[in-house]
Amino acid sequence: MTEGRSEAGLSDPAAVRAALAEQGYLADEGLSVAVFLATSLGEPLLLEGEAGVGKTETAKALAGATGARLIRLQCHEGIDVHSALYDWDYPRQLLAVRAAEGGVEQEDLFRREFLLRRPLLEAIEDPGPVVLLIDEVDRADDEFEAFLLELLSDFQVTIPELGTIEARARPRVILTSNRTRELHDALKRRCLYHWIDYPSRDREGEIVRARLPGVDDSIARRVCEAVARLRSQELYKAPGVGETIAWARALGALGDEDLERTLGVALKVREDIDRVREGEVLEGV
Amino acid sequence: MSEVTPRLTDLAVDLRTRGVRVGTGELIAAQRALAAVDPSSRSEARLALRAALCAGRDDLGAFDAAFALWAGRAAVEREEPLIDPVATAVLPRVVVPRQHAPALVEGEREPRPSAWSDVELLLDKDFAEYTDAERAAARRIMARVAARGPWRRSRRMRPSRRRSHLPDARATLRASLRHAGEPFERRWRAPTDRQRPLVLVCDVSGSMEPYSRMLLQYAQACVAARRRCEAFAFGTRLTRLTSELRGRDADLALRRATAAMVDWSGGTKIGEALAELNREHGRRIGRGAVVVILSDGWDRGDPELLRREMARLSRCAYRLVWLNPLKASAGYEPLTRGMVAALPHVDLFLAGNTLASLERLAAVMENADFGDRKSPGGQPDHELARRPSR
Repeated sequence: MTEGRSEAGLSDPAAVRAALAEQGYLADEGLSVAVFLATSLGEPLLLEGEAGVGKTETAKALAGATGARLIRLQCHEGIDVHSALYDWDYPRQLLAVRAAEGGVEQEDLFRREFLLRRPLLEAIEDPGPVVLLIDEVDRADDEFEAFLLELLSDFQVTIPELGTIEARARPRVILTSNRTRELHDALKRRCLYHWIDYPSRDREGEIVRARLPGVDDSIARRVCEAVARLRSQELYKAPGVGETIAWARALGALGDEDLERTLGVALKVREDIDRVREGEVLEGV
Repeated sequence: MSEVTPRLTDLAVDLRTRGVRVGTGELIAAQRALAAVDPSSRSEARLALRAALCAGRDDLGAFDAAFALWAGRAAVEREEPLIDPVATAVLPRVVVPRQHAPALVEGEREPRPSAWSDVELLLDKDFAEYTDAERAAARRIMARVAARGPWRRSRRMRPSRRRSHLPDARATLRASLRHAGEPFERRWRAPTDRQRPLVLVCDVSGSMEPYSRMLLQYAQACVAARRRCEAFAFGTRLTRLTSELRGRDADLALRRATAAMVDWSGGTKIGEALAELNREHGRRIGRGAVVVILSDGWDRGDPELLRREMARLSRCAYRLVWLNPLKASAGYEPLTRGMVAALPHVDLFLAGNTLASLERLAAVMENADFGDRKSPGGQPDHELARRPSR
């Protein structure tokens, strides 16, 4: 696995599509082209889209399809180099200093055994193929974005005490953003970009059947029809593909129930539920 | 007639670049107006075109300049002053600081009235009474005011020598190495402060006309000065202006914004605009933002819809502020249907008609827990909203 990453399988967009489909992920044309380009050009791929359209799943499926290790960095507010790249194990260092009763050189303290490797360093140092998922990058702040930019341009990091570490093999990088804020242009320019839209009704049906093998055909059809209607309404929060799958699963568990009674699986805002009930949106599904 | 049109179009194009909204309707009206007056009289033609093409006092300066160019003369003298001489003598005089005058040689002294009193006069002057020159002069003050705003505690840390409950192992270890490994000096971390996201929603409908240009200028200053600031404008529809207002050149930004707005000076449907804000831009606003609505509350839409959307917005926002230019006038009561529907969900209800009132808004927002939501249910009581701002 370390040698010759299974590139052969991803020779063109259609092959990417097939490989992802094998993992139970049905990508549309645009996404397969974007993923193909990202893998063949070695560029990071920035995925944006509404919540629950499968941004994170793309990375998982790509890792599965290429037999790569998936390393995930979940961004959050206040994330910094020490929680994303590396940190020193200070308590152990302090203990080491005390054990040596002061007779310790600095170099002895800042050795690899005291280094805590965080996801980014893991991804850089891993000799095998890696898919690095930088999830919800919009939650991090501008400073962290600038740091990422630097990392993504040459895949090497400098740890002052250890020196420069270079990636042995460039990881494939997928970034996702929920667009809670606009990302910096510089970061966007560095990446390939793809906006994942809601799938069409038919494709969503295929997705449900792929993710829930053995699902009742009429349930899949009804749920997709209902979700399509909900998305055409003016709601605060339209259901994503994740909700569609959950809804189909819920109906399967209940044995083909009334859609309105299980509306809470798809809609999580009270006003939305009221509006759909009052407007009789799901009439006849 | 047919030969006039391309010439007139030139004028219209020039006016648009100067920030005047000239649509096809105005253009047709202008052509008809021009045909109706004596074509040999320059001043009649000018007035006819001005009547057809300008929609407010703010447009007059732009029109004069554009007309002068268009009619082939470098400058045009005003036929009649806008205010008659007697009134000018009686009205209080506002001296505009000469920031935009040709720069004097450094150190050269210029006799002028005390700059302080100029600024002070400008601070308390109602936006509706501003002249173009004052508008330009207010820009610098506005930029200063816009730089102030809400803050929040960040989860990012910085090293600190002050004792806190967050030890800094990294710095403590480094310090201990200087003392043969004994951690004599203990170091700490402290959270940093960050700008809290600010969302400005500006009413640009007809009734707000005297104020909307200045408030938009404020929005521009905020977008330019703050890291996370979103600006929207609405009349009957909502337009996101953040990207238009961004950039260093304020005039250019405002021109872009004016061009982007579909229903400048039209009717008002606050409820529908807020519904669009909640639905389409809910993510952008996010949690923890201070949302400021700048509107006089005249609403021709459904008050029930407005009430619902205000409730939603107030639940998502950290604080919801309503800035009403009319609130400053003596005896104002928020009795319009729109205000009545909206007020129960507002954390803070302030005036917004002068630079001083914007400054007060900035000062209030800087206070970490302004407009404190006392009742645990999250529903601020009516009194709080109507409490005079301090």
